[in-house]
Amino acid sequence: MFRFRLDGASGVPPYLQLVHQVRQSLLLGYLQEGDRLPTVKEVAGDLAINPNTVVKAYRQLEHEGLSGGRPGQGTFITSTLSLPPPEAHQVLRAALERWLRAAGAAGLNDEAVTALIAVARHDMRKERV
Amino acid sequence: MTQDDAGGSAPALRADRLGRRYGHVWGLRGCTLEVPAGAIAGLVGPNGAGKTTLLEMIIGLLEPTEGQVSVFGVTSRSHVAARLARVGYVAQDHPLYRDFSVADMFRLGRAMNPSWDQGLAQARMGALGIPLKRKVKTLSGGQRAQVSLTMALAKRAPLLVLDEPVSSLDPVARLEFMREVMASAADTGLTVVIASHVVSELERLCDWLIVLTGGRVQVAGPVDDLLAGHRLLTVPRATPDAELPGLPIHRTDSDRHSAVVVRADLALLAAHQRPGWQADPVGFEQLVMAYLQRRPQTAAADDTVPAAARPGLAAKEVTR
Repeated sequence: MFRFRLDGASGVPPYLQLVHQVRQSLLLGYLQEGDRLPTVKEVAGDLAINPNTVVKAYRQLEHEGLSGGRPGQGTFITSTLSLPPPEAHQVLRAALERWLRAAGAAGLNDEAVTALIAVARHDMRKERV
Repeated sequence: MTQDDAGGSAPALRADRLGRRYGHVWGLRGCTLEVPAGAIAGLVGPNGAGKTTLLEMIIGLLEPTEGQVSVFGVTSRSHVAARLARVGYVAQDHPLYRDFSVADMFRLGRAMNPSWDQGLAQARMGALGIPLKRKVKTLSGGQRAQVSLTMALAKRAPLLVLDEPVSSLDPVARLEFMREVMASAADTGLTVVIASHVVSELERLCDWLIVLTGGRVQVAGPVDDLLAGHRLLTVPRATPDAELPGLPIHRTDSDRHSAVVVRADLALLAAHQRPGWQADPVGFEQLVMAYLQRRPQTAAADDTVPAAARPGLAAKEVTR
């Protein structure tokens, strides 16, 4: 049975942590189509978390088309999330390496690179909202 | 509003201008709030803020000086017995008779509560590995807390009130206690009110928030709405409060800039985009800490100014 965990210090709202874990596990193949997710009561009792939060996370997963409820049986994974094909990976990675070399040449150290990526992602996320 | 509303539509908890005076000092005043059935509400405030006063009026241990409180539509002064049957209570120090065995405590519970569920009580002790014949005084703090919780749950009351239930417990016992509470809530749709100092633990527990300071409700409402209705603004230090797009709750001034948690008016906020200003979402803990640290004079001013007169105020979670 799939088990969730919760990081109280992460700053990410609990329901989103649950959603992320299912997505991540799907990407990594730990969760597959047809797998049953624990019941709301099981998650609430396991993590000491508000059951309404679990309901909210499950609703979000359902909304994203990743899971679905079967009456009387529970919530099941209904989809697979696979990473983009390996060729796409190689192209992206080559571009990233070029960029990282350029950043290094411009005098950015690892920390500065990480900060810049975080800021850029933060701003892009904001634009989407 | 004093009429009993026995239908399912009544909120689990409703306080209407509730107040309690101790001699010349008000322990709680002007407390108006509602908690819907099925919510898990966190009650936060410093020592002496009025948390226990509020809880004791909810459970009927204390009579209000003014205003009233109702539990599932049953008001305070009328029908005390009917109201008590609707509330399970776990006090801070988990008071149990030390020389009683667990079975004796349950016998007492059964004698005092017509709806007592002996099967539930015994099954929970079995699951937790606490023998019924053990004397209370030989139990660990965590086990005593679990017996207290079981006493409250076996009443089969739809509202569970917990006053600092885990403050005396070690981290593992705390987690185990809260796991039981959350599993019960998931199982039965129980409404829970938890008073706690441990703000960081509350985020995962509650979907409703009540912040109490100095005997006054600072903010109350659904956590999601509250988070959506507040922002952390970063503005140039010289910016006066009156220019902020919302009601400032807590302000931290640095040399050149100020960080202000505001109860934001989102339309005003969108129109307020200025160079050098930044608006970020607030987290649960940040929101609670902002209200806990809110200066009292701000709170007093807030009470005297009608909501409509303040442009920045999202009016839905303030008193009605």
